[in-house]
Amino acid sequence: MNTHTNTPAVEIENLSFAYRNQNVLEDISLKVPHGSFLGLVGPNGSGKSTLIKCILGLLTPDKGAVKLNGVPVKKFDKWSEIGFVSQKANSFNSGFPATVFEVVSMGLYGKVGLFRFLRKKHKEKVREAIAQVGMEDYTQANIGQLSGGQQQRVFIARALVSDPAILILDEPTVGVDAKSVSNFYTMLRELNNEKGMTLILVTHDIGAMSEYVTDVACLNKCLHFHGDKHVFEDNKEEMMTAMYGHEVNLLEHNHDHGHHHHHHDHDDAGRGQE
Amino acid sequence: MIDVFFQYDFLRYSLFTGLMIGFLAPFLGVFLVVRRLSLMADALSHITLTGIAFSMLLGRHVTFFSALNPVYMGMIFSVGGSLLIERLRFVYRFYKELAIPIILSAGIGLGVVFISLADGFNNDLFNYLFGSVVAINQTDFYVVVSLTAVVTGLIILFYKELFFLSFDEEQAVIAGIPKMPLHFLFMVMVALVIGISMQIVGILLVSALMTLPVACAMRLARGFKQLFFYAVLFGEISVVAGLVSAFHLDLAPGGTIVMANVLLLIGTIILTKKQSM
Repeated sequence: MNTHTNTPAVEIENLSFAYRNQNVLEDISLKVPHGSFLGLVGPNGSGKSTLIKCILGLLTPDKGAVKLNGVPVKKFDKWSEIGFVSQKANSFNSGFPATVFEVVSMGLYGKVGLFRFLRKKHKEKVREAIAQVGMEDYTQANIGQLSGGQQQRVFIARALVSDPAILILDEPTVGVDAKSVSNFYTMLRELNNEKGMTLILVTHDIGAMSEYVTDVACLNKCLHFHGDKHVFEDNKEEMMTAMYGHEVNLLEHNHDHGHHHHHHDHDDAGRGQE
Repeated sequence: MIDVFFQYDFLRYSLFTGLMIGFLAPFLGVFLVVRRLSLMADALSHITLTGIAFSMLLGRHVTFFSALNPVYMGMIFSVGGSLLIERLRFVYRFYKELAIPIILSAGIGLGVVFISLADGFNNDLFNYLFGSVVAINQTDFYVVVSLTAVVTGLIILFYKELFFLSFDEEQAVIAGIPKMPLHFLFMVMVALVIGISMQIVGILLVSALMTLPVACAMRLARGFKQLFFYAVLFGEISVVAGLVSAFHLDLAPGGTIVMANVLLLIGTIILTKKQSM
């Protein structure tokens, strides 16, 4: 899929969306080229999750269009090429009796298709994905008995097992401890660098994200900024004011951008849990 | 104790039917419980009673129906009820569980009207409410055998899709799994299994056989496949223990099967006291 590089992985054109009569998204246009790592940031209630749902075809926008690999989302049918990791807490019941192996296998179900069973090569693939996120010692463990960070790794493995070209993560670090968060971002950067996977990371935690991504998009109903992350870093204060309407948050989040090689102490990484 | 079940044909049919029901009911019940639809089984069993009452009422006037086992009409009503519940879940999108008491009470209400119209029924009705060890004849037995084969085959065929939908519906839909057709198919299977199971355990207790063995299994299983294994194991143990004691003590099997299940449940809860759900 990375061959037709001229077509963006995700293309959003003049998209607007309203719940009842309240505008949530207004005239959003955004292109995510193949191989980029986009951080989509914005305060709570800024429409980030709604935008993601439009990209995934779960919501139909009132105006505008979404294309995946140049194909309108309504007609898109290669969903195994898109990995999605949602906010863990919302989408899964932690009392559900399922092993890590069973959960990760689900990532292949759409690809394997109806009336077919998982074969040996599929099971091998599941074990590889589990190993990729460093959870091989927990293959037969019950998902509900793992820590938040471990569960999130399992869900990443589920998204990775079908070899997606695009991975979309909606607030994946909510409820995950700070140390796991930095390991987690490092893992994402490796996927982007080494496998050329296109990543879209939705977060309201600008500080922790900005040293890993290649591009930034700031959303608060409208798209306030979209571009290279260095441009974002240089104009951060203006961006933040435009987006949040005040500058208070900036003080808490300020990561000095001259220190990329330093190992940041991500003591603020897990803050602002919803 | 159990050998008497092999001496008489009718008892043998009851035992084998019981064994198949002890397998089928918890097997489907696993999906009902993890999708938080346990009460669905209750609503559908009550609708089945409406169908049975309707069939018995018709039997008073039309000879065809007096010869037919009323359970088949019950199964038709049960399938219809499952479709109505699905429609109602859309009407009350934010209070989906409301659909269940609505259908349950509508079913009982209509059933009571039918029973009154027929000026009450003989002791047949008692058997439908609480189960019977002698209710199974050869034809019923073959219906149960074929239904067991079909339902088991369908569950194996759609296991991965049903599992994914139960675990995480949103992700399953994104992965392109056809939610509505599968849900519909599943509900029809539940309705049919309730219809046949009630001959042994009775209407009032059929939902217990779908949920109690799963409730036991939940305490022990680490994974989803294990959940099936334990649920079916507990289902079978309680059916055999219940049927044998019902016959020897001359009790309605619905009661003994469910009590055997409750004892197993208490046992597993005590044994697994440390963990919380």
